[in-house]
Amino acid sequence: MKRILLALPLAAFVVLSAYFAIGLQRDPSKIPSVLIDKPLPQFDLPAIEGFEKGFSSGDLKGRVALINVFGSWCASCVIEHPVLMEIAASGDVLIAGLDWKDEKGAGSHWLQKYGNPYSLIGDDADGRTAIDLGVTGAPETFIVDKNGRIRYKQVGPIDRRIWREELRPLVEKLERDGADGD
Amino acid sequence: MIAEFGQFALILAMLAALLQGTFPFAGVARGDFALASIGRSAALAQATLVALAFACLTIAHATSDFSVLNVVQNSHTAKPFIYKLSGVWGNHEGSMLLWILILAVYGAAVAINARDDAPALTAQVLGVQGLVAFAFIAFILFTSNPFERIFPAPADGADLNPLLQDPGLAIHPPFLYLGYVGFSVTFAYAIAGLLQKRVDADWAQAVRPWALAAWVFLTIGIALGSWWAYYELGWGGFWAWDPVENASFMPWLAGTAFLHSVRVVEKRDALKVWTVLLAILAFSLSLIGTFLVRSGILTSVHAFAVDPARGVFILAILGVVIGGSLTLFALRGAFLTTQSTFQPVSREGAILLNNVFLVTACATVFIGTFYPLFVDIVSSERLSVGAPFFNATFLPLMAALLFVLAPGAALAWKKGDIKSGLAQLFPAMAAGVAGAVIALWLTWPKPVAAALGAGLAVWAIAGTVTDIARRTKVFSVPVRDSLTRLGGLPRSYVGMSLAHFGLAIVALGVLGAGVWRTETVRLMQIGDVVAVGAYEARLTEVVHSEGPNYVTEVAQFEILKGGRQVREMSAERRFYPVRGMQTTEAAIWTTLAGDVYLTLGEESQVGGWAVRAFFNPLVIWMWIGSGIIALGGVVAAGERAFAPRGRRISTASTTAGATV
Repeated sequence: MKRILLALPLAAFVVLSAYFAIGLQRDPSKIPSVLIDKPLPQFDLPAIEGFEKGFSSGDLKGRVALINVFGSWCASCVIEHPVLMEIAASGDVLIAGLDWKDEKGAGSHWLQKYGNPYSLIGDDADGRTAIDLGVTGAPETFIVDKNGRIRYKQVGPIDRRIWREELRPLVEKLERDGADGD
Repeated sequence: MIAEFGQFALILAMLAALLQGTFPFAGVARGDFALASIGRSAALAQATLVALAFACLTIAHATSDFSVLNVVQNSHTAKPFIYKLSGVWGNHEGSMLLWILILAVYGAAVAINARDDAPALTAQVLGVQGLVAFAFIAFILFTSNPFERIFPAPADGADLNPLLQDPGLAIHPPFLYLGYVGFSVTFAYAIAGLLQKRVDADWAQAVRPWALAAWVFLTIGIALGSWWAYYELGWGGFWAWDPVENASFMPWLAGTAFLHSVRVVEKRDALKVWTVLLAILAFSLSLIGTFLVRSGILTSVHAFAVDPARGVFILAILGVVIGGSLTLFALRGAFLTTQSTFQPVSREGAILLNNVFLVTACATVFIGTFYPLFVDIVSSERLSVGAPFFNATFLPLMAALLFVLAPGAALAWKKGDIKSGLAQLFPAMAAGVAGAVIALWLTWPKPVAAALGAGLAVWAIAGTVTDIARRTKVFSVPVRDSLTRLGGLPRSYVGMSLAHFGLAIVALGVLGAGVWRTETVRLMQIGDVVAVGAYEARLTEVVHSEGPNYVTEVAQFEILKGGRQVREMSAERRFYPVRGMQTTEAAIWTTLAGDVYLTLGEESQVGGWAVRAFFNPLVIWMWIGSGIIALGGVVAAGERAFAPRGRRISTASTTAGATV
């Protein structure tokens, strides 16, 4: 009996390290989200300060879209921002933004300062929608197809290479695919 | 040249660590203590070589040698000199080198302080330290070389993260590391004790000062980290239950439990298996703390080296160190037998209860930190565990701990008398109730639980003071005699009382800053006034100016009380162009009653600035209390230095040769 008790910590550790080993395989920035190929969760977010229109999941109906989760407090978002501006300028895809856990007005000031790549912006001040989307940190980027299904998730900033080599080809493919009526 | 020199020193240090990690074991196994004592020389050599390597990296940073990649990535010519120095450990590679340096210095300290009365124990302790050092130096050399060159050398560097450009950072990681790594000595003692099947009063006396040293540093490190978050991050909070904060807190909880139970080993020859397990846990959690930050396994605002390849290397080290030690524990634990009987109502009984609370609290933090990861793996569902979880689970445990603290400390070893103990504590109980009522009256309608918490803190403080009064017979003998008695109290008792007192003070500060604070967010024009606690803050002007490597917007506030100006304060928002980052410098006015805390937000399109105004009661008591806790540890650690040395000569040398 005593031997079993003494071996318990070891057993617990073995289980834990198995978890860690699996966890390490899943680099958080590469894990395919569980939402991949699932429909985009329903949401209807209000506009951020100084904007007229909010952002609801219905707005994307029948369109391929890139949804970017950002926040004025997020340092990496500043790094990612120029890339989003370029994508917006190219007009390759509709960009929607989720202003995550921002203070009132902070998001709009931030966009005023750096420029606004988003055609639609929703204010997710309490972070509910981000939870539904399984967001673990900002920035995160989703690609949604014409049927409103999430097809891609990027954790961390997208850079020019990721856009060129992964996102743009995917967007082009999704545009060609069209809506299949299920 | 300097970088190559540093790298060479580090390679030699790795070899010295290998010697340190092998010869002592071979020597002890063969009963050849001359061979075993090579470990001591190796430990000193290793420390010298690592210090040289660290000095080389420091010189590279100080002179802005941009042919070294690490300097390019983390420095900039425009950076203030002091931050060029702190930049040495403000990055992954350099911080790992600091980790190794501290490990080597502890090793050298063990080698220097080693007494000849237990050569096998000392030798094996050094051996274990050598093996750990070898693994981590290899980790640095193979995955995180700070001396890597870059060609052609760029003209200037990429700057240090401005958030990390702060006096808090210059001192906070070294203290944390001194704490984390200090538990390697405790760990090494546990392993050596298991190898020799000998964990007794001598063992406990030998290990306790090291555990106290590690614990004091970790206490200071955590307090500084919290202080840094409060003053630098500008969100008005001091603790976010961020994984990296938890990572430093878990070894602290395990280490605190160890400090209590090791006393039972020393005094009552009991709880040995448990104490050894705690020593292993404290260091394992320290390693996991390092691991958490270094791999991408948990993303966090602190993670400045997200790199899975390094994570795999660290995982291997963790597997060997923790898995190996727990295997040894499973095999050898049964040999650590005890003869003494255990009474529930006694000091050791109270310490066991304390251990249950602390370890449960530690497990709670562990689960809260890792649960999201587990859930993700098991069910592919993502979630995050936030402050509400910790508040609901951790705080009640702390309340229970505060509740038993004073009566537990007042109980006698072996067999305590609960009735007379409670009778003595009656005034303290009354004080606690009064404290709760007063707190409720002052803070209404804030939560009642917080007022109860304040009552518990007052009870713990009063109980600690009552016990000192009892021991010094304050009211029954002349004052002079009481003072003599006070001076004659054992240092371990004084240290314990100070630490308990400090903990209760911290609890009051946490309640103030966490529960009783008030927060107002207001769009302010020049001349506008906002209420902050008992004060009012008037925005008088906002000016733009330039610092050495940033541009800044500074808001001037006038603090009024009853319409009269009592103070001027300025809050800042800085922008660092090289990194494109923004930081806030909160305006903070600290008083004993609480802090006036103002932060400046963005300028609004419609004119005016978003200003957040906090009144955070009792904040300063968190830092004062932490200081008292640490002081208690220092006082208690001093005890051994004054204890007669003869007592420790024991059976060590006769049994040592036959074991392993």
